[in-house]
Amino acid sequence: MPVFEVFRQERKGQPFAHAGSIEAPDAAFADAWAREQYGRRGESEALWLVPRGSIHAVTDWADEFDLKYRRVDGYSIKSRLKEARERAGSAAAVDS
Amino acid sequence: MNERVQLLLSTADDELIVGWRDSEWTGIAPTLEEDVAFSSIAQNEIGHARALYELAAAELGTNADALAFDRSPHEYRCAPLVELHLLEWAHTIARRYLYEEADRLRIDALMRSADTELAGLAAKIDREETYHRLHAELWADRLRDEPRFRAAVEELWPYALGLLEPELRPELARRIGLRVDSTQAIERGEHTPALAELWHEMTEVRRSEPGAEW
Repeated sequence: MPVFEVFRQERKGQPFAHAGSIEAPDAAFADAWAREQYGRRGESEALWLVPRGSIHAVTDWADEFDLKYRRVDGYSIKSRLKEARERAGSAAAVDS
Repeated sequence: MNERVQLLLSTADDELIVGWRDSEWTGIAPTLEEDVAFSSIAQNEIGHARALYELAAAELGTNADALAFDRSPHEYRCAPLVELHLLEWAHTIARRYLYEEADRLRIDALMRSADTELAGLAAKIDREETYHRLHAELWADRLRDEPRFRAAVEELWPYALGLLEPELRPELARRIGLRVDSTQAIERGEHTPALAELWHEMTEVRRSEPGAEW
């Protein structure tokens, strides 16, 4: 039986987040069943039901040259931030 | 008992008993997804019963629990359709479909009532019933050409007529595609033996400690 991935929006304006899936013969049954499973407690503003086959997944990544600086965790600014704060703090102390 | 209370109790009893019967499918429905959805719909029906009992209870000076569980079987006003023990999917869907189609006409009439409290509650119930109808019609459309389903609808048809006042029956017949004039309706008032059995189980825990606060 086809599987529909269920995306749920909790409040108007919020992004849809993956909530689970529904196994149903077609979109009409997926609709009837998803309402009861993902909406009966008032927990959803809207649902998106997406046939699993329609999802194009991307899972492989090339990073052959180890370009760390492009990643969010590429280098740590923690120690530099600390130094900068200390400098600013001592400067403020001098000013007053 | 005035006419308003009688109407409230007939409707509430139908909702309670159909919800109770449908909840017998919890854990044994044909698929897990249907199991969850069907149980949720059954629970909604019991919720509608509670709201209707509360209106009746306010007039009778009692509470919803007492009306739901402390009456004896012959005092219930439900139609025989909802009492039947139907643990067979074609019959269960046939009853769900017939019940929803009849209930739609009954709720429509209540929504137009001059009694604003009752009309307001009917409108609230109708907003949930919209999705029950969606579910029932989906199944009925799917099974329409199955001989077992057709036979079940025809078998339950005289019971379905008994849910409604005579003036609403021709419209139900038009929607279902069956006839009123050649059918002897199985009327509200008499109960099937299935009700006593159901009542025994439904009220067993409550009867075990009469007068207890739960």
